[in-house]
Amino acid sequence: MFFPISGAHISPIYLAVIGFFIGILGGFFGVGGSFIAGPALRAVGLDWNFAVGTDLAHIVGKSVVAAKRHRALGNVDLKLGLIMAFGTIGGAEVGAQLIQMLKRAGNVNLVVSVVSIAVYLSISTFMIWESRKTLSQTRLPGGTVKGAKAKHDPSAFKHVTSGIQRLRIPPMITLPASGVTISLWIILLVAFVGGLFSGFLGGGAGYIRMPSMVYVLGIPTHLAVGTDLFEIIISASYGTFSHAIKGNVDILIALVMHTGAALGAQIGAISTQYFAGPKIRLAFVPLPLIGAVIVIYTLMTGHKL
Amino acid sequence: MKKETAKTLRAFLIELVIYAVLVVGYFFLVLHFLGEWLHHLETRHRYTYGGVAILLIIGQAVVLENVTTLLLRLLRGRSE
Repeated sequence: MFFPISGAHISPIYLAVIGFFIGILGGFFGVGGSFIAGPALRAVGLDWNFAVGTDLAHIVGKSVVAAKRHRALGNVDLKLGLIMAFGTIGGAEVGAQLIQMLKRAGNVNLVVSVVSIAVYLSISTFMIWESRKTLSQTRLPGGTVKGAKAKHDPSAFKHVTSGIQRLRIPPMITLPASGVTISLWIILLVAFVGGLFSGFLGGGAGYIRMPSMVYVLGIPTHLAVGTDLFEIIISASYGTFSHAIKGNVDILIALVMHTGAALGAQIGAISTQYFAGPKIRLAFVPLPLIGAVIVIYTLMTGHKL
Repeated sequence: MKKETAKTLRAFLIELVIYAVLVVGYFFLVLHFLGEWLHHLETRHRYTYGGVAILLIIGQAVVLENVTTLLLRLLRGRSE
């Protein structure tokens, strides 16, 4: 099928199937899935700039579906999501500026690749240690995990998280939906760092934001997934608009891709209620590792996936 | 338990088929009616295109979410 905006010929079935699988990941883990969507769009000949912008547009749609489903399950903290959106957008702008600086210095690819590999490997290593330790120490409740049950989320890192929550830097924000009281500045810092990586490494940076919300802010895993998706709607819409005015978005491709993602996101979101927080975190571990493998491949072969 | 899993799987497969038919029809409608207009907007009015792009993807998300929820409810109701 011909898509006139990007001038690409791509099978709509391929787009819907890719969207479906990324939708499941998004609904279950609260990530955008750019590390798969980008290479998948590139593989069928879409230019890199269109792959990035179009993926962001598709992420908006998928996140609307998944966040709506998570909200029905009681997994979205609207107050936290709105506050984080400000930090994320600010961070994304600074990240994009950093990229421009590195481009001028002439070493953008190496720096971005090394930073991303280090970040991906650190997240995976830490999460595998924490979730395994938590699972070995705790007896998890049976049945479906939603509502009040989702707020009971054991973590081997809880003592550090509690220490961060005790930092009284005004103004303090109470988040009744998540059962947390924490300084506004810490929320903004977490969102800013997520946005910074989003602008610096591309994609939605859910692989950083979701774990940060759990380990730094102390948000229960199910709420972190749902709130991250809600927050992504705002930040990815901003990114989509920004890319669209630069001519990097083929909305027709995004619309077709989203037909599969809408179904996948629902399945992913519904599935979270059958898994306890530490199990979701353990299952999350391969995602940053896949990201690291893609970057290492790109570094070694020179082919950008 | 096995019987329940089989029921859920069957409901899901039926949903997938109905959804696929709806989506294929939708592909052609969207590309036929919106393709040229969106292309024109993208080349001539980028800011409008950016706004329309976001509205379209959010609008589609809301509609598809309702369609999949309705399908799930109908099929789950029938299989139980």
